[in-house]
Amino acid sequence: MTGLSFDVSHLLAGALVLLSFTLLYQTRLYALINVYSAQSVVLSAVVAWQAFVQDAPHLYATAAIAFVFKAVAIPYALHRIVAGLGIARDVENVVGIGPTMLAGLALAALSVVVMLRIASEADSLAREDLAFALSVVLLGMLMMVVRRNAVSMVVGFMSLENGLILAAAGAKGMPLIVEMSVAFSVLVAITVIGVFLYGLNDQFNTVDAAALDRFQGDRR
Amino acid sequence: MSLLVDLAFQLVQMTVVLLIAPLLTGLVRKVKARLTRRRGASIFQPYIDLYRLARKEAVVADSASPLFRVFPYVIFAVTWVAAALVPTFATGLLFSWSADLIAIVALLGAGRFFLALAGMDVGTAFGGLGASREAMFATLAEPAMLITVFSLALIAGSTQLSTVAAFMASSAVGLRVTLAMGLVALVMVALAENGRIPIDNPATHLELTMVHEAMVLEYSGRHLALIEMAAMLKLALYLSLIACVFAPWTLAISDTGVFDRFTGGSLYLIKMTIGCVALGVFETSIAKMRVFRVPDFLGAALMLGFLGALLLFVSRTLK
Repeated sequence: MTGLSFDVSHLLAGALVLLSFTLLYQTRLYALINVYSAQSVVLSAVVAWQAFVQDAPHLYATAAIAFVFKAVAIPYALHRIVAGLGIARDVENVVGIGPTMLAGLALAALSVVVMLRIASEADSLAREDLAFALSVVLLGMLMMVVRRNAVSMVVGFMSLENGLILAAAGAKGMPLIVEMSVAFSVLVAITVIGVFLYGLNDQFNTVDAAALDRFQGDRR
Repeated sequence: MSLLVDLAFQLVQMTVVLLIAPLLTGLVRKVKARLTRRRGASIFQPYIDLYRLARKEAVVADSASPLFRVFPYVIFAVTWVAAALVPTFATGLLFSWSADLIAIVALLGAGRFFLALAGMDVGTAFGGLGASREAMFATLAEPAMLITVFSLALIAGSTQLSTVAAFMASSAVGLRVTLAMGLVALVMVALAENGRIPIDNPATHLELTMVHEAMVLEYSGRHLALIEMAAMLKLALYLSLIACVFAPWTLAISDTGVFDRFTGGSLYLIKMTIGCVALGVFETSIAKMRVFRVPDFLGAALMLGFLGALLLFVSRTLK
């Protein structure tokens, strides 16, 4: 493990975590989608760098898939959906930005501490990728919790999936077929989500997920 | 003998920051004026303003305490000392070993404390408003600054600015994402501390959202001149600090000859010019925030600082 390859992968994975925080901070829908797109570009750069370091050509394919689908196709679809729904541009947070940031920091610190302990046998590159991947996943979940707007929940879900790809790229020997199927299932997910969003907007004239609360069964 | 030379260079540094500070402020104003298609005042206008203020009679409110007259001198002195500690054209000057980066933060914090007290002293509504806002921003800006300082100190192995600058100029730094985050966090803190545009508008004098101007509203004459001078020094200090930590390649690293220090000095002027132009462009291209969004902005700076420290922790554990 040379110093430079570690430094570059550290830089890229750090940028990925930083963009997750940017997603949490961002309150406008279009900007949110653009940040997600940027995160996917960084993700494909991370995977390409892993392919170079591990000398694993199939990871280049993963990087290309990540770039085409996640950085171009899905953001484009989301832009179309937001424009088609004609919804308000500002996102409402359930929790304020400050507490959200603090919670995000706590989650990132937690994942670093946990992953560095657990994966102590793996080589340093994989450990680091795992630590950052877990924090990207947790931040994506946090984003789905703190947002009320369904579109930004979708973006949170997609960024969570970015974290999964990062973890998969760090672990050696992930077969290409698994990654292909994950990528396609995400595409299917965005289709279903698009239908869901349009349905939500038709029924309730809003994409605020709080509108669904009164359909919870066990609530009095 | 060498002690005398060192002392002479330290005095040169103190004079340089004092002389250059109004020029930098004038330059930023000029850049902003040109970008909005105005001709703008000469870049030497701040000197003339200071001279005019210094000659005018100082009017003090009846309700002011005796401390009210002392505060401008204290604020000016504290800021000047802090500015003298930041390496501008050379590292390893005489005073730079007597205080580190944390001491600089503490000096600036003391200056802010006195300014807030001065704002509340007379008892007008505006002064108290400005002081409370300043305190609110400071509670977020200072931790952000300190956590960035800690990351820098962890990387460079010292909180001494001279050592940090020498380390950053060497090739031992490598590629570090923490440094990029530290730079952004430091720039955000610097914008907030100097009351530049996304936080506070330095050009207006009577606006409901003003912070710095609200605190100094009761000052006039030579007192106001000193406070204005301290604000200009603070801008020069932050520009020099960012330049010295993140672009240290033109500094004359310690134990070099007189000639190197002169080249370092002229290159320092170029760096400051670049910094001022960048600040002017940034301020023109962005709108001022609402006061209640400022904690979000500074919280982001704090978050960047923490995240940088966290990433640094990861890379140090693994290497």
